[in-house]
Amino acid sequence: MSFEDWFREDRLPHIYCTGCGNGTVINCTLEAVEQMGWTVDDTVFISGIGCSSRAPGYIKTDSLHTTHGRALAFATGVKLANPRLHVVVFTGDGDLAAIGGNHFIHACRRNIDLTVVCMNNMIYGMTGGQGSPCTPVGAISTTTPYGAAEPVFDLSELAVTAGANYVARWTSYHVRELTKAVQAGLETPGFSFIEALTQCPTAYGRRNKLRQVSDMVQYLRTSVILVQKIQRMRERGEPVPEDKIPVGEFVRRNRPAMGVQK
Amino acid sequence: MSKIEFMQGNTACAEGALAAGCRFFGGYPITPSTEIAEHMARRLPKTDGVFVQMEDEIASIAAVIGASWTGARAMTATSGPGFSLMMENIGYAVITETPCVIVNIQRGGPSTGQPTMGAQGDMLQCRFGSHGDYSTIALSPSSVQEMYDLTAKAFNLADRFRVPVFVMSDEVTGHMRERITIPDRVEIVSRRPLEKGTLPFRGGDDGVPGFPEFGMGYGVHVTGLTHDERGYPEATDPHIHAALVQRLVSKVESARHDIADYEMVNPDAETVFVTYGPPTRTVKQVMHDHPGEGVGHLHLRIVWPFPERLLRLFTNAKTFIVPEMNMGQIAREVERHTDLPVISVPKLGGELHTPGELQKLLEARP
Amino acid sequence: MRHEIRFSGFGGQGIILSAVILGRAAALYDRNYAVQTQVYGPEARGGASMSAVIISDEPILYPEVTDPGIYVIMSQQGFEKYGTRPAPAAVMLIDADLVHSRPSCTFHEIRSTTEAKTALGRVIVANIVMLGALVAVTGVVSTTAIEKAVLDSVPKGTEELNMKALRRGFELGDKEVDTR
Repeated sequence: MSFEDWFREDRLPHIYCTGCGNGTVINCTLEAVEQMGWTVDDTVFISGIGCSSRAPGYIKTDSLHTTHGRALAFATGVKLANPRLHVVVFTGDGDLAAIGGNHFIHACRRNIDLTVVCMNNMIYGMTGGQGSPCTPVGAISTTTPYGAAEPVFDLSELAVTAGANYVARWTSYHVRELTKAVQAGLETPGFSFIEALTQCPTAYGRRNKLRQVSDMVQYLRTSVILVQKIQRMRERGEPVPEDKIPVGEFVRRNRPAMGVQK
Repeated sequence: MSKIEFMQGNTACAEGALAAGCRFFGGYPITPSTEIAEHMARRLPKTDGVFVQMEDEIASIAAVIGASWTGARAMTATSGPGFSLMMENIGYAVITETPCVIVNIQRGGPSTGQPTMGAQGDMLQCRFGSHGDYSTIALSPSSVQEMYDLTAKAFNLADRFRVPVFVMSDEVTGHMRERITIPDRVEIVSRRPLEKGTLPFRGGDDGVPGFPEFGMGYGVHVTGLTHDERGYPEATDPHIHAALVQRLVSKVESARHDIADYEMVNPDAETVFVTYGPPTRTVKQVMHDHPGEGVGHLHLRIVWPFPERLLRLFTNAKTFIVPEMNMGQIAREVERHTDLPVISVPKLGGELHTPGELQKLLEARP
Repeated sequence: MRHEIRFSGFGGQGIILSAVILGRAAALYDRNYAVQTQVYGPEARGGASMSAVIISDEPILYPEVTDPGIYVIMSQQGFEKYGTRPAPAAVMLIDADLVHSRPSCTFHEIRSTTEAKTALGRVIVANIVMLGALVAVTGVVSTTAIEKAVLDSVPKGTEELNMKALRRGFELGDKEVDTR
């Protein structure tokens, strides 16, 4: 089986804009699922509302496209009621961190055996570009016309603190690393959180001088710094640049987990 | 062998659910429903079931819907404030045709209101509370025995019609302890599986599609968006939307006389009480204490879909009297279906109508 | 015949448990009908708590107590809130050391709390002493029924203590009836 076999061809064309990063993240995720040897029949994709949450609709497995912010609560019910199913959640920064924030921290705390892939495009894409809890300070959106003023949520750090067993962050540029991270998440019993910083040229780039897709990808690529590099800089007593976003694996551990197939 | 127990209403509700094969409970503590969650927390892990205390009522109903898609009979229990929080996902259960049972042990509202006092103030909310057009099934127990029997029945209705079914009880019945008979077994009518090769959201003869359980190879896409019969989002085609919503409503409404569950006393009477839930008990007391006064009684165990035909079976009726622990929510529905005078007898504050109060009404008749 | 019994005291005395045990005795062991209800307040301890039982040989229609024929009052606040207007024909059992007021109806002074503390060494069984006295004075349920109901309602390991308390209550109740 090739990973193209996971897609519902009768749903094409998809709704994603040209240059959108979501397709890359979906491909990385399906590649990882395929590597796990999971099948269309024993895997379930669940999502909330937003661009990222449309992903399950293009995949052949059983899938739940639920209400805004609530994907993790629905997924908790599916996984606890049938632990034999492999459950993967697609979400976005608005869905997960704003309206779904409480479900996010509690799913991490319960350490329920799910893998969550968050496409963090730093904006509400589907509703046309409003500010999210992950919109960088100073960035322009339709609801932050003078520049976003609120501090940004670090979703990966939040997941680590709240108790997830596996947490990693990459960008849509880091295709191989991202795929490996998703696979590590799928392999780890308990709650796995993989954050993928993703370009949204339409709703974000257009308003923030990153109109070209390549500019946005380049921006993501140059905004990040490897956790290993931060470690080395600290060891050498060098100052760590504060404006860079750490990427890499933040935690891989074995806290007691819920819903793991016995 | 059936057995006699002296049991609290909330416990009987939980036991009725277990007898019906409920395997999943997701809930959040709220007075006066908490004893149901507590009982399920003790019992479910010992019966191969799952109890999970979620972070709020939004998550509770979400988890219940998720569990239901794996084929499990699933329920939650709450009261007013939690019920309000559940409304969006109740709509999701409606449009995705997810069988589940939602118990509301009603208390005085609005808002925090009277947490420890009974009420029937959510009867319209359970019918109309989520946005958009739809139809639902709501049962209303008036005794501990009916808490058991009707909760068990709710699961059958949920599976048969693929809808969220409401057990609209209240603090009075939930907290009361009474003698009940636990039957050997309860009738179980399971959901009909989807025939392979059939579209997952095409209604059968009864308007209800077969159920494509997760993990069984159906590869079904379930979405809260308006969808076609394949389950694919199709949110801008007016005809698809109209056909879907009409089917969701008519699969319940067209079966309303079949769904109806009621007691009829003195069909020849001129004055007829219409009740559901605790005021039923007061009316029965009045009729017991004052027999032969030409009073009839329609006791509805299922309030929604409203079985309006039953009103017409009281052929000599001149007046309907509707005592309710709210400001006349179902009296309004009775009015909608009859040209005869309807006397609403609202009672707020948490206490049940007394026999004296209703007797006085009868004495005031011309 | 319909009996309405109202229990009142402060939270933590086991007022609700007493009513549950009485209802259980009637429903399960005397094979009568019984309904038990209660008033819930936000406080788990203290405050005035109230619970009621209806016992009847026919199915109970209206489930609330309107005009209790029997009262069991175990605190002054409970008396003031739930015991000041008994019907003339009503009978009231009061914990004489905790309730200072006396009602207008027939009443029996049962020193259940003192008795539990001194004779039985555990104040926690005061409600069971009172339950024993109630059954001896009124006969609303049989003594065998109440014994069985107490046994299935109390924690394991406390059966003997509770049985002792119940029987002490029977004696106190019998004494009240004899001396009249």
